[in-house]
Amino acid sequence: MWPIFHKLGSPPWLYAIAGSILRWLLPITLLALVTGAVWGLLFTQPERIQGNSYRIIYIHVPAAVVALAGYYVMALAGAVSLIWRMKMADVAMKAAAPVGAAFTFIALFTGAIWGKPTWGTWWVWDARITSMLILFFLYLGVVALYEAFDNKEAASKACAVLSLVGMVNIPIIYKSVDWWYALHQGATIKFTGESSIDSSMMYPLLLMIGAFYALFTCCLLLNMRVEILQRESRTQWVKKLATKAGRP
Amino acid sequence: MYFDSLQAALEMQGHGMFVWPAYSVTIAVIALLVITPLLRRRKVLRQLEAQARRAQGAPAGRAGGER
Repeated sequence: MWPIFHKLGSPPWLYAIAGSILRWLLPITLLALVTGAVWGLLFTQPERIQGNSYRIIYIHVPAAVVALAGYYVMALAGAVSLIWRMKMADVAMKAAAPVGAAFTFIALFTGAIWGKPTWGTWWVWDARITSMLILFFLYLGVVALYEAFDNKEAASKACAVLSLVGMVNIPIIYKSVDWWYALHQGATIKFTGESSIDSSMMYPLLLMIGAFYALFTCCLLLNMRVEILQRESRTQWVKKLATKAGRP
Repeated sequence: MYFDSLQAALEMQGHGMFVWPAYSVTIAVIALLVITPLLRRRKVLRQLEAQARRAQGAPAGRAGGER
């Protein structure tokens, strides 16, 4: 347990391991995304009531699920960096924020488009949608707050606190469809009890959820690698890496 | 395939105008998410490499100029 913890704190090790993970994870992720999208778009039946517009589910739900999961990653990294002063956890928190914002944006945007043919409106201040919008602003808040400080240590602390306080929003998003019954429908895939979605639609959806999780991981690692390089730019290993990369 | 033709797949019985833009924007966002850090990483490495070359070249060059 402890050796891995120490290694995770080592920038060159983390940089290298992230690189070797990305080498196979990124191609697999992109392949899974294309497969899932083509499957959902062209090879499934239309939904009985919503018709073909329901096909947006294959990007909307995965993006929303991972936007929430990404917040856990960011807040957890923030907590670790706050409590144990672990530099690489701070790198992870900073790297997660823009990715989470992008996923939340995808969920909100595709949701708005889906709303038009289904509910007759692009936007409604429904509890689920409003709390997702708050999630979007929390992610953007962390990005902006980080840039607002000249002192990186103060920035790191402030962002960690903000992301931890923002955790309050997460259970609200989960429960919003049960607490305030409005336009947004409830969950159709359930871990306990029977799912109310047909298996022919569930399999491509599960594939897409998996692919979006993998995509989040890839983007997180990609951003972390850049951040590590920038922070460690004065160290010998980065200088060596730069001269090697610069050679024709 | 569920649709009979490409035309039918694009139209999706009137829902194509919602479904395809939703997918297009998602693809654009994902492309940005993946490509931006790759480009930034290359830029950082190039800058550091240029810096290292200048640091190596500068002292010798200055010394040569003074003599």
